[in-house]
Amino acid sequence: MNPVTFHAPQAHAEALRLAARDGAAYIAGGTNLIDLMKEGVMRPASLVDINSLPLDTIAPTEQGGLLLGATARNADTAYHPLVRSGYPLLSAAILAGASPQIRNMASDGGNLLQRTRCHYFYDIAVPCNKRVPGSGCSAIGGLTRQHAILGASEHCIATHPSDMCVALAALGAVVHASSEQGERRIDFTDFHRLPGANPERDNTLLPGELITAIELPPAGQFAAHSAYLKLRDRASYAFALVSVAAALDIGPDGTVRAARVALGGVAHKPWRVPAAEDALLGKQPASAAFEACAELLLAGARGHGQNDFKIPMARRAVVRALGQAAAGTIDNMHAAPASAGKEPL
Amino acid sequence: MDAHTTAGPAPAVATYPISLRINGEQRQCEVEAWVTLLDLLRERLGLSGTKKGCDHGQCGACTVLVGGKRINACLTLAVMQNGKEVVTVEGLADGGQLHPLQQAFIDHDAFQCGYCTPGQLCSAVGLMREGEARTVAEVRELMSGNVCRCGAYPQIIAAVTQVMGLAEHKDNPDRPYLPGTVPA
Ligand SMILES: Cc1cc2nc3c(=O)[nH]c(=O)nc-3n(C[C@H](O)[C@H](O)[C@H](O)COP(=O)(O)OP(=O)(O)OC[C@H]3O[C@@H](n4cnc5c(N)ncnc54)[C@H](O)[C@@H]3O)c2cc1C
Ligand code: SF4
Ligand code: FES
Ligand code: FES
Repeated sequence: MNPVTFHAPQAHAEALRLAARDGAAYIAGGTNLIDLMKEGVMRPASLVDINSLPLDTIAPTEQGGLLLGATARNADTAYHPLVRSGYPLLSAAILAGASPQIRNMASDGGNLLQRTRCHYFYDIAVPCNKRVPGSGCSAIGGLTRQHAILGASEHCIATHPSDMCVALAALGAVVHASSEQGERRIDFTDFHRLPGANPERDNTLLPGELITAIELPPAGQFAAHSAYLKLRDRASYAFALVSVAAALDIGPDGTVRAARVALGGVAHKPWRVPAAEDALLGKQPASAAFEACAELLLAGARGHGQNDFKIPMARRAVVRALGQAAAGTIDNMHAAPASAGKEPL
Repeated sequence: MDAHTTAGPAPAVATYPISLRINGEQRQCEVEAWVTLLDLLRERLGLSGTKKGCDHGQCGACTVLVGGKRINACLTLAVMQNGKEVVTVEGLADGGQLHPLQQAFIDHDAFQCGYCTPGQLCSAVGLMREGEARTVAEVRELMSGNVCRCGAYPQIIAAVTQVMGLAEHKDNPDRPYLPGTVPA
């Protein structure tokens, strides 16, 4: 690791002031930043530890939603009774990520800001536009098994690796951010960005800006019919090749009243297509509608050779996840509901 | 936290005074900011029970308990854990009495080279404290942060589930395995 100085501010204003200095980086769990510092990919001059700030609570909002503090741990969030009951999709997605040890350290804010797992990004001996702007992209024409099939540019084909973010995108979360200029709220769909000509910027946060919390909209709408499906090279403890967060609101007449579907592992950000969700409205939750939805979600998908398989895989994963959601929430922590299995899973 | 600047030949390197309670004993140290908890334990305090496998959070060999929770000591800085209570594999036994998990690992022949074992033991203690695993399949999933290259998994799972009193249980028939969802 490069030489670095360390600060553990007790007050919000001091944290913002320290972070505004050149080369400063916040550290929360450290599970991504320390890893990247060991590889020499990130070389902050000073670390601003935000764990002494009062940002670790999980509490209901006046609107009936839930506020997840930025330094609340991924494990505490996934197992929180209000998350389990109101947002089982979020619980399932977090528990599908990393390992229990990492989830005990990883923070909710840090999860949003974890960087790509593109192996060329990690290898400081080769060009990478995300690491060194303008140096080129080694992935294009290289090993692309894990790379993007949607929203990529000729400058970068990396994917965002988070599972939690796929569920947050589907649930319509809002990021609360704070800087010396003031507070602001960022819709989750606007938080991460596509690579375009500036893949070095993963998101729309400003330099030195601090995530203080993640706000979830009122609970309940999708609690009965949601599923997070994660497909990977081994059964556990691996990043997604493709993942799907599927959430349905099924009305008393048995048709779909509202739907959210987000894909992980396929793009620089969790991938949502409003038209694909609208295609489910008023339909019976069954294969024909799910296939139409998948088709719209994957419209324009393009492989890079080794990752061509992700396109049909994602299509089938969408259909399967929607089938699981329709049959009843898979929250990964309690017995599958009796209704599970009535639809082919 | 205030840094101390060590006297001596330039360039001066800032160090930070920290105090940790490790296996019940209060320890004071001066560390540079970039010293991981793992390196502090192994290289400076001589507690070599905790192993360094990958040094990148991928294998679980460095698992210790901080504040009762299992974490990877390789992915946290010692200075970030100032004031905390740390338990390593050296702290699991009660005097001469092995921790029930340690005895169960011996009884089930749950190690070959033994390199991953300290992390597996600390992880299993953490898993039991968390109280989220109720079936053998859940134990398997919630031990997945510990990689054993000798492949001693069946014996490890047998040892952990025996101590948890789950040994007689088969995987829960009410909870069919759904590939891609976690835990199984
Ligand atoms: C072996 C391994 C496997 C993993 N597998 C998965 C997986 O399958 N799925 C998955 O989703 N994740 C996975 N992860 C990633 C893990 O979830 C992230 O590393 C973690 O969520 C990051 O959180 P943190 O608090 O540790 O972040 P840190 O490392 O502390 O910070 C990450 C970045 O965010 C910045 N930052 C942190 N907090 C704030 C804040 N509040 N405001 C502004 N900036 C901030 C830091 O400066 C840094 O740049 C894995 C990690 C490892 C090491
Ligand atoms: S895909 Fe993006 S992150 Fe990977 S080498 Fe290319 S520019 Fe870098
Ligand atoms: S040494 Fe820490 S997880 Fe491998
Ligand atoms: S016993 Fe050898 S690595 Fe597990």
